[in-house]
Amino acid sequence: MNKDAVLDSSVLMQLYHRQMLVRLTEEEIAKRYPEGKMRCPVHLCTGQDAVSAAVGCALKPDDLCVSTHRSHGHYIGKGGDIKRMLAEIYGKAGGCSSGKGGSMHLVDRSVGYIGSTAIVGNTIPVGVGLGLSIKLKGSHQVSCVFFGDGAVEEGAFFEAANFAVLRGLPVLFLCENNFFSVYSPLRVRQPEGRKIHEMVRGLGLKAEDGDGNDIVEVYTKTKNAIDYIRSNSAPYFLEFYTYRWREHCGPFFDNNLGYRSEQEYLEWKERDPVELYRRRLVEQHQVDPKKLEQIDSSIMREIEAAFEFADASPFPEEGELYTQVFADSQGGVK
Amino acid sequence: MNRKITFAQAVNEAIGQAMQRDRSVICFGLGADDPKGVFGTTLGLQKQFGPERVFDTPTSENGMTGIGVGAALNGIRPVMTHQRLDFFLLAMDQLVNNAAKWHYMFGGNGNVPITIRLILGRGWGQGPTHSQNLQSWFAHIPGLKVVAPASAADAKGLLLASIFDNNPVVFLEQRWLHNMEGEVPEQFYTTPLGEAQLLQSGADITIVSHSFMSVEAVRAANILKSHGIHCDVIDLRTLAPLDWNTISTSVQKTGRLMALDTSHSFCSYAAEIVARASEQHYTKFKAAPRRIALPDVPAPTSMALTKNFYPSAREICEAALQMVGKSVKIDAKLFETGSPHDVPGPWFKGPF
Repeated sequence: MNKDAVLDSSVLMQLYHRQMLVRLTEEEIAKRYPEGKMRCPVHLCTGQDAVSAAVGCALKPDDLCVSTHRSHGHYIGKGGDIKRMLAEIYGKAGGCSSGKGGSMHLVDRSVGYIGSTAIVGNTIPVGVGLGLSIKLKGSHQVSCVFFGDGAVEEGAFFEAANFAVLRGLPVLFLCENNFFSVYSPLRVRQPEGRKIHEMVRGLGLKAEDGDGNDIVEVYTKTKNAIDYIRSNSAPYFLEFYTYRWREHCGPFFDNNLGYRSEQEYLEWKERDPVELYRRRLVEQHQVDPKKLEQIDSSIMREIEAAFEFADASPFPEEGELYTQVFADSQGGVK
Repeated sequence: MNRKITFAQAVNEAIGQAMQRDRSVICFGLGADDPKGVFGTTLGLQKQFGPERVFDTPTSENGMTGIGVGAALNGIRPVMTHQRLDFFLLAMDQLVNNAAKWHYMFGGNGNVPITIRLILGRGWGQGPTHSQNLQSWFAHIPGLKVVAPASAADAKGLLLASIFDNNPVVFLEQRWLHNMEGEVPEQFYTTPLGEAQLLQSGADITIVSHSFMSVEAVRAANILKSHGIHCDVIDLRTLAPLDWNTISTSVQKTGRLMALDTSHSFCSYAAEIVARASEQHYTKFKAAPRRIALPDVPAPTSMALTKNFYPSAREICEAALQMVGKSVKIDAKLFETGSPHDVPGPWFKGPF
């Protein structure tokens, strides 16, 4: 029996679709970025696509989610509106944050995507606070917090994780270990031999690791973690190993800088999550490659339409500079 | 006439009435349920509302602030308490990068109705890291509201307004005000944020003040009145947003501005008041505007060194006399409070 047998074929195809949506959107951003119309920093997640897609599919639409500077994939994975994401990156009024946030501040509350921010580790407490609000309200949602291997070096992580364990909050800590914090490798930041998921067990977190380039593994482990969180009223920590292909910030490749080797990059590229999954669907699940090509084409049409929307969307009026500093406080008193 | 309660009791009553009124209000902070109840301000709340809504926390200022921000983003109204502002400096990331900016940087998608109570120490050797007044830091950040009441009635009304405001509010409580009594209505009421209060009216000098300096301002104004000098004493109550109209109207009337501050002079809140008035009303000034603030040195600990550290009614009176060009000798006895200079009154026996 093959190990994917437990997954329904509709889930398998949803995973394919979602992962391709992440990959093709990011690659189209990379392609068009030099046009100079996306006038904000972009941190592309190509190579890490499987985690974004699988976690987003494993969460329910009303589960909540916060993320980081490298968040396009998380936003798309959770079901966020691509048109509005691209319009945001274009700085347009039709953007998900009305042009005030850019690539690093995405939001789509209609799918539970509460926000991503630019400061490393700073949405971890926010995600735990969402967990606290869920518990206070007695709903059965889960709050998922995306972060990277650098964020577990922040005090904010330990403070927030401690409280989540202390109060038994429904929080999924989702660590994408891509081995670099900008250009600083893990070996100069954390002691040799330490495993992040092992370390956090010392905080009382249930934790495990997995192959972040295997979308089925990510999906299955995330599903199990979410089930555990819902039935045990306790947080869960997942660490997935993966790799960003492109430069820390921007559309290009930066292996020429020398902080990592071309060889290392090529080894990871051999394990391209998109290609691995495509092969698996064709070889293990007898999916017709033509069907996958059709899906790819339809996704590309969707992405092109989204870029057209972003390009055509008007810029914010100049007066918008001064709006939304404060929320309206009428009706605050009940 | 209303019954009299202390500033601390007024804070306690405000939190209790807010929690009674709205189940989404929660209250937490280090020591929130301890036997002393944060100088009495949180006493009895856990018993009344339960440990889910009123709770002690880990010693994690930044993490707990972010957790408050996250809860606020999903419909909770947290009232967070810190026994000293200085510890809260660990939480500047969550305050400045998240709470203050969330509504703006997500184009209005989400808001953060959190109230952060910060208690400011003074005297009894509190020293350099237990008595900082950093209101100008907070007021500098767009998206934050900053409140600094000077009376028990305002403590209650402004705290209730802060809790039910849909934005992050930094609520500053001077430790020396906690035991001061005042008339406080028993029922629920809110005092609007952004409205100053004219405590005394006079045509000679405009004194702009906030928090504990408003107590000194009123003492000084009373002494000055007996010497024929009449002051507008404006207690700002809210530092952000600022009630500029009240100041502007008064300065145009008096032509003299004295801005008081509980913090250091350089880049202070008082400096902003003086700058703005100078820009707008330059031709109206009959005397150079003044700042009365702390010297630009850290707060010392020794009783001997704090003697000339905090300005009081005496310094306000001396400056006022210079501004109106009067050379009157004020009887030094009028400035005596009956207590050593490093305590707010004989009731205060330390240690903090």
